[in-house]
Amino acid sequence: MLKQLLSVLALVASSAAFAAGGPAVHLDKAPIDLHDKESLQRGAKMFQNYCLGCHQMEYQRYSRTFRDLGIPDEVGMQELAFTANKVGDYIKNAAPKADLAKWFGAPPPDLTNVARVRGPDWLYTYLRSFYADPTRPFGVNNDVFPLVGMPHVLQELQGVPYKKHETRLVDGVSKDVYVGIVTDGTGELSTEEYDRAVADLVNYLEYTGEPSKLESHSLGIKVMIFLLIFFVLAFLLKKEYWKDVH
Amino acid sequence: MFKNFMNWIEYRMPFMEKMNLHVMQYPAPKNFNFWYFFGSLAMLVLVNQILTGIWLTMNFEPSAERAFASVEYIMRDVDYGWLLRYMHSTGASAFFVVVYLHMLRGMMYGSYQKPRELLWIFGMLIFLVLMAEAFMGYLLPWGQMSFWGAQVIISIFGVIPGIGDDLTLWIRGDYVISGATLNRFFALHVIALPLVLVILVFLHIIALHEVGSNNPDGIDVKRPNDGTKIDNNVSDKFTFHEYFTKGGKKIIVDAIPFHPYYTVKDIVGVVGFLLVFCAVIFFAPEGGGYFLEAPNFEPANPMKTPDHIAPVWYFTPFYAILRAVPDQLFGAIFMFLAIIFLALLPWLDRCPVRSVRYRSNLHKWNLVNFCVSFVVLGVLGVLPATPTYTLIAQIASFTYFAFFGLLWLYSKNEKTKPLPVRLS
Repeated sequence: MLKQLLSVLALVASSAAFAAGGPAVHLDKAPIDLHDKESLQRGAKMFQNYCLGCHQMEYQRYSRTFRDLGIPDEVGMQELAFTANKVGDYIKNAAPKADLAKWFGAPPPDLTNVARVRGPDWLYTYLRSFYADPTRPFGVNNDVFPLVGMPHVLQELQGVPYKKHETRLVDGVSKDVYVGIVTDGTGELSTEEYDRAVADLVNYLEYTGEPSKLESHSLGIKVMIFLLIFFVLAFLLKKEYWKDVH
Repeated sequence: MFKNFMNWIEYRMPFMEKMNLHVMQYPAPKNFNFWYFFGSLAMLVLVNQILTGIWLTMNFEPSAERAFASVEYIMRDVDYGWLLRYMHSTGASAFFVVVYLHMLRGMMYGSYQKPRELLWIFGMLIFLVLMAEAFMGYLLPWGQMSFWGAQVIISIFGVIPGIGDDLTLWIRGDYVISGATLNRFFALHVIALPLVLVILVFLHIIALHEVGSNNPDGIDVKRPNDGTKIDNNVSDKFTFHEYFTKGGKKIIVDAIPFHPYYTVKDIVGVVGFLLVFCAVIFFAPEGGGYFLEAPNFEPANPMKTPDHIAPVWYFTPFYAILRAVPDQLFGAIFMFLAIIFLALLPWLDRCPVRSVRYRSNLHKWNLVNFCVSFVVLGVLGVLPATPTYTLIAQIASFTYFAFFGLLWLYSKNEKTKPLPVRLS
């Protein structure tokens, strides 16, 4: 009976693991580090330059970004916040929302929490998975998000990406095999530099999703140490009292 | 000075008298084990929910336009708002963890059996109100999963023949889930249900102290006093309230005063619990996507259905039963019965022996069957319904209900082991 129960459990567990595997597309691990302030600053700059035109961060204030990223307010207002009047403003654009929805087929989503909705690995892979597809309105498609409505805004950095196929021998038969996305070399950045730039951006998005994360980790360690000491003392106190009982 | 003050109080209100009755001179069996932490932990989590809830309402705005944004405001702009919110959201899941373990404890040691039936019924009512409280609370952040989860659960009421549609309309206060629904859920979540919950917990404890706590051996610690001396009785060392000794008519065996012995022991349990609780709050507040679901970081959008709608983990065993039954109405009935049968345990179990320690192997295995069925259903409720999963859910639903049927059949003439005379 125990054996049967275990086999049912194993079946459920393995199928759960399979289902949890999620989308069929393989996601690359985003090489991000919330402690890397320079990376976060570069990411913030990329967001302002390439994303803010259409997307917003409705819930994040410039002042919070500046404080957490170690940017003095005056520098930040000059270098990053071109559309804001006050340092306490939310990171918003002036784009006409109704028109945006018409132009792209759907309103561009708010990006404050996008890393919590999609996960950093999804974002990191998504931004590196555009490829030229002349059948699409903006000439690009995406492996992670098929038929995506968004144009490849980072194309000037990456160059024009296209899907590379090679003729290879598979089981003795020569076949056309998809080997990956490569660029035509017209971008400002090399592949490694582009990956790094995307990682910076994803790092920043990961930060805006949960600005309290750094604070919560450092406070959490103190709380855990306190509780561990408390646990020992509480245990000793209990032992002392229970001498009466045993 | 202090003594005079206490006398002044005592003359006007029996404060020390009641403290003695329920805390300092309350006889608790001396052999409570690990499983007996979860009652006091449930109370701790209830206090946590009430306190963090009060502070969250100070900045939360219950309207469809502002709810999501105000939660983000709490997370970013309110000092330690993120901590209050994570304590509250993790507390919701923790509440169900400790309540499920508390209920399992009751099932293992037969704590629902005579004379604790009413105590068990109050517990089941607490569980029902807690589910309603959690469900309504989950709508408040007004995220995608808040909206669509509520949509699914409210629609369950729609399958009731005749009144279904009108009933869902009455619950929502609108033809769809809207700001009207959010506002009434807020009112119920922060005032009505917590009030009911606190009253039920009070009654649960009054009922408990009347009949006394059960223990892992399932034998009584209050016995008729026939004058014979009981050897090595630790209770002789202590004074218990005369309410429990009935003026010498009863003798207390192997029990100790709740305070200080179980208060100091519960502190150890509380700190142990807080180690796990705080680890989640500070390092994994999303609980792997089960405590806070990823789609809930996107504002509610009635025009966009998420790929996969799953209720929060603590509802999934019952949700899996609902989905396993091909007919919607019968699915809802079976889901409801899954809880009703639990409430009927005191009458379904006809065995005079309480603790699993002294019951038959058949009962032990049946209890294992119940736990496995419950966990399997819980896992399946999170997953999308494929034909294989539905089949497994049907089997697990069957074994879940079989637990109660088998229990009723074998418990009357069960082959039990001899009960010990004293607590181990």
